[in-house]
Amino acid sequence: MSTQPTQRAEPDLLYSQEEDALRAAVRDLLADHCDAAGVIARIESDAPHDRELWKLLADGMGLAGLLVPEELGGQGATHREVAVVVEELGRAVAPVPFLTSAVVATEALLAGEAPDLLAELASGRRIGTLAVALNLPAGSAYKVVRFEDGALHGELTGIADAAAADVLLVPADDGGLYAVDATAAIITAQVSLDLTRPLAKIVLDGAPGRLLGDAEPAVRRALRAGAGLLASEQLGLAEWTLTETVRYLKERKQFNRPVGGFQALKHRLAQLWLEVVNLRAAARNAADALATGSEDADVAVAVAQAFAAPVAVHAAEEALQLHGGIGMTWEHPVHLYLKRAKTDSIAYGTAGAHRAALAELVDLRAP
Amino acid sequence: MTDAAELRRRTAELLAAYPPADTDRLDFLRARFDAGLAWVHYPEGLGGLGAPRSLQAVVDADLEAEGAPDNDPRRIGIGLGMAAPTILAYGTEEQKRQYLRPLWTGEEVWCQLFSEPGAGSDLAALGTRAVREGDGDWVVNGQKVWTSSAHVARWAILIARTDPDVPKHRGITYFICDMTDPGVEVRPLRQVTGEAEFNEVFITGVRIPDARRLGEVGDGWKVAQTTLNNERVAIGGMRLPREGGMIGPVARTWRERPELRTHDLHQRLLKLWVEAEAARLTAERLRQQLVAGQPGPEGAGMKLAFARLNQEISGLEVELRGEEGLLYDDWTMRRPELVDFVGRDAGYRYLRSKGNSIEGGTTEVLLNIVAERVLGLPSEPRTDKDVPWKDLAR
Repeated sequence: MSTQPTQRAEPDLLYSQEEDALRAAVRDLLADHCDAAGVIARIESDAPHDRELWKLLADGMGLAGLLVPEELGGQGATHREVAVVVEELGRAVAPVPFLTSAVVATEALLAGEAPDLLAELASGRRIGTLAVALNLPAGSAYKVVRFEDGALHGELTGIADAAAADVLLVPADDGGLYAVDATAAIITAQVSLDLTRPLAKIVLDGAPGRLLGDAEPAVRRALRAGAGLLASEQLGLAEWTLTETVRYLKERKQFNRPVGGFQALKHRLAQLWLEVVNLRAAARNAADALATGSEDADVAVAVAQAFAAPVAVHAAEEALQLHGGIGMTWEHPVHLYLKRAKTDSIAYGTAGAHRAALAELVDLRAP
Repeated sequence: MTDAAELRRRTAELLAAYPPADTDRLDFLRARFDAGLAWVHYPEGLGGLGAPRSLQAVVDADLEAEGAPDNDPRRIGIGLGMAAPTILAYGTEEQKRQYLRPLWTGEEVWCQLFSEPGAGSDLAALGTRAVREGDGDWVVNGQKVWTSSAHVARWAILIARTDPDVPKHRGITYFICDMTDPGVEVRPLRQVTGEAEFNEVFITGVRIPDARRLGEVGDGWKVAQTTLNNERVAIGGMRLPREGGMIGPVARTWRERPELRTHDLHQRLLKLWVEAEAARLTAERLRQQLVAGQPGPEGAGMKLAFARLNQEISGLEVELRGEEGLLYDDWTMRRPELVDFVGRDAGYRYLRSKGNSIEGGTTEVLLNIVAERVLGLPSEPRTDKDVPWKDLAR
């Protein structure tokens, strides 16, 4: 007696021609404006976020508004197109707040009634972030601030891209989700493992907030979409690390032959390729389920995250090892991918948290 | 141009002329073959109509709806999946006319005489010898192994060494071997499961007329590639529902038997469930690519994924069953006609799945193929390429 939710008949796991064209455009832009050396130089500067690049993606291409309906100033696209953009941003470890603002904060706003804020985020002129710690999966308890005498008080940590944000979406102890202007908060950068998506501490000391609606459904919706689309970012990370490692091992010679000709290494790379191929199917499935509003979306997202996290970390760890000494240096970009992949393995819930969710969803319960 | 409407019209005609309820099974299958509705992508006169392969589903659906008999494809998989495409690609007109019809109807079962005790992953090193006689016919001596269906087969596709003085890939010729020849001895080869799903075949002084050669003398390796590529296509690309594979029985046991659950098994089960679902989605994505006419290299990996998952999942299931996991349903030596990976109990599944990483190309060889053909990595330095076969180490 199974209590599994019914599956949708036919998830579309391919990329459409339009999605391929979108990918090509984003990849071209990133090739011109987001090279690894530039990212490495930027992450230790005062401005770790690349605002020029963000302007090109948001203003130039309209990507910040993909999930927002056209009547609210967005593009009226779906999670399928967003997934393609996220893949490419992952391939470049681009330091832009796309996932946090154009996906997670936007989804939280889509759950409420704030068309003006949505339009601002969709235009990319303002950046939003959901003030929930990056490690939390949908459905878990999150920290709230105190709502007292019409103002917000409290401290929140682990908030991704808060340093770049203009507006913070803050859950409070009265059950509401509030929009707080970033200028009304004290935002302090935390030294983060992944410097391309830095975390910050937010202190609210009597900050005014605008009530957007109930926090719980908005946060749940936002974190589920974040987790589902993060799998596409992890796919992009894994793709880059595999491709770059294969390229390097064809070129690198030791013992009078290309290192990539040794069977011990070939088998490891072939295994990795297989993992990436599987990840693509799982990530596409999650994006399609979110896009179609399928009743299978919870399962699709949990499967994608439970599968993606170990694959992206494995790919980055193999890339570092197989690059040998050069892979251990600050100047080689592989560390950017390792740090992002390891951070992503915790972001929006660990693989273990998503497996625990699956145990309920597909009726494989714990003892 | 044969389109779906035309195929449906022809199918209706066949059904009208040979109502399945009043027609002998074999008569119906022969009529279906002659109507070009057996495999519609084959040429006219050979069971097809030169139609797109994807339209076969249209015919199959209409026939099934009317209760028409099928040709029991699982029983004749080697004929349909391997012998037929090779005969179609390399056979003479006479060979195609003689072999394809009874092959498709299942009147004649085929087997494959490729692997040898000394030539497994290195198949091209095979040593079964075919020597040409004065009258142009061939006399074959040697031993083949891991031959499914040999005990029920009428014909075999056979590769043998015809020139030992040239490097191994160049001295092989491809034949059709009569399995009823008195020089062909089939012995069951008992496996770790207790049953003999396949055989070893001893070939002693078997005469093969030159008319049963497929392709040119010395071209057998090239011809065999057609056979082997079709084997790998046949293994990937099926459509499975969620929990449709090896994970299904374990998940059911988990739900039905709460007393067997432990925390350790729970963690491992969930991890494998996720991996099985990802592999299922990958197979589904591959299928969608094929339907859309964009075949990708992903197919090369599917067998690798399923072999590992089948082994790990069935291993977990034996452990999950605790005291029952110490038992085995039946060690009786049998010679089943069909291969069933998921049949019988957990112990059988565990042991049978050990073959999944060996049959149809070992996992190690397939990883090399992915590394070299998909990723473009260099091959290992080779010492056997330019050496005459007779001088190879063995």
